[in-house]
Amino acid sequence: MEALQQFLAVYGSLINFLGINSLLALSLYLTLAAGQLSLGSAAFAGIGGYTAGVLTMKLGVPYLPALAAGAVLAGLVGLIIGLPVLRLKGVFLAIATLAFGEVVRIAVLNIDITGGAEGLVGIPNITTTWGIYLSLAIAGYAIAKLRRSRIGWCFESIREDETAASAMGINTTYYKTLSFVLGAVLAGFTGGLYAHLNYIITPREFGFTVAVDLLIYNIVGGIRVWYGPVLGAVLLTSLPEILRAIGITAGPIRMAVNGLILLLVILFLPNGLVSIFQRRGGRKQNTRMDAAPEEA
Amino acid sequence: MFLQVKDVCRTFGGVRALDGVSLTVVKGEVHGLIGPNGAGKTTLINVLSGIKGPSSGEVLFDDRPVQELPAHKLAAMGIARTFQNIRLFPAMTCLENVLAGQHLVAARPYFPRFFCLPSSRRSERENHRQALECLARVGLEARADFSAKALSYGERRRLEIARALASRPRLLLLDEPVAGMRKQGVEQVGNLVESLAKEGMTVLLIEHNMSFVMGLCSKITVLNFGRTLITGNPEEVSGHPEVIAAYLGAGENHA
Repeated sequence: MEALQQFLAVYGSLINFLGINSLLALSLYLTLAAGQLSLGSAAFAGIGGYTAGVLTMKLGVPYLPALAAGAVLAGLVGLIIGLPVLRLKGVFLAIATLAFGEVVRIAVLNIDITGGAEGLVGIPNITTTWGIYLSLAIAGYAIAKLRRSRIGWCFESIREDETAASAMGINTTYYKTLSFVLGAVLAGFTGGLYAHLNYIITPREFGFTVAVDLLIYNIVGGIRVWYGPVLGAVLLTSLPEILRAIGITAGPIRMAVNGLILLLVILFLPNGLVSIFQRRGGRKQNTRMDAAPEEA
Repeated sequence: MFLQVKDVCRTFGGVRALDGVSLTVVKGEVHGLIGPNGAGKTTLINVLSGIKGPSSGEVLFDDRPVQELPAHKLAAMGIARTFQNIRLFPAMTCLENVLAGQHLVAARPYFPRFFCLPSSRRSERENHRQALECLARVGLEARADFSAKALSYGERRRLEIARALASRPRLLLLDEPVAGMRKQGVEQVGNLVESLAKEGMTVLLIEHNMSFVMGLCSKITVLNFGRTLITGNPEEVSGHPEVIAAYLGAGENHA
């Protein structure tokens, strides 16, 4: 028992962060699942976090309604941004969402109610570890169940080939926007959880590097199945601790190791770490492919 | 009238890919669309399926003007298509490609799935059964669990037809369904199109394989430089001097 308490005292915040980062990675996954490359998730988390924080701290709104309000506002902003921006494709979309993220960061820096560069200080510490993991469980289950539902098929079809998807009756604009808004809602909610974890949030915590980190979690974990982003988030978030355990002090080397992992995954496991678990299925498919006779 | 194209133009910059095309497709017929390269055949299919709207002109489907509608609305009205440069979903298996193609006819609501209701499992089984039926129609039932990437060229073309059939369309647009296929594959697709037409489906197809077109189509429209040259039955078309000129390359300066 004492050992467990000690473990929690040392690693408690890491455990919380694993959950938060997994949730944020899942929020981006929702958008990536429909083939839309977004760098806006961190900004949506910021919108949710600041909204929920201001509501509980300055207006005395209860915790759960404040989280819901943060999620809804992030979703609304996602809708307003998504409709014009989703006309762009690939890297252009990424740049537009990146610009949106910077707009949000700079807005937060300059608005009085958010506390500017010093951050929003004194947010009540309400979020618990089990609250985070309950949210993760629900979000993970809900996202896992998307597969094979109407929405899931649409997302997958659009990701694979947007033109073909529209020709078979999928309203691609609607479903792309939906994927963007759903991602924004989950990011906004998670931002609210995060805001009530540490007494303080600052604009930097929702900046560009976080947006890129979230993308890396997805790439490293893999976006073919819902648990890929969680796997990536858990691995890369706990990496500094793992490095410390084997005697390498975190710091600059952490970025190098992150980069190395990313490189190795892209080179050898283009579908992410989850493809390790799917290897057997994949090999089976390959042998059958070899056995397939050529069309006579 | 089932499908009526009236004086449709489509320009790309200064190029007039379609320059006043008119044609009528009768319900239940297999209608061929032929013409030399660059005549505007694929552009016409793109206009009819809503991938690229016309610059001017009118398209009537079931007597309703549809030229302004986006692709997904036209698909919902019963127009399905395949692509010249095969657009399958490469990360999916063959069966999954067809299941995805059921978008318009399969409900698949989210919440019954979320709560694991038996109704969702039942409807999923039914969707699977129908998808396998579509695969069987094109002779790919044995390939159901293969990755779409693993198929041979001809099989890919047939899988794309199966995916289009999954939405139970009324008008099927096929863009070169037997291009690059060997004799046996051509026959297979020919039999398939014939059986579809017997069931009342209307097919508009582009093809360069003349024996395929002449043997299958009850009516043929010839396009040249974005204009309709002639519409008629195979005998009329194959004997028409302008068609022969267009195919053998006798340009305006010779004619």
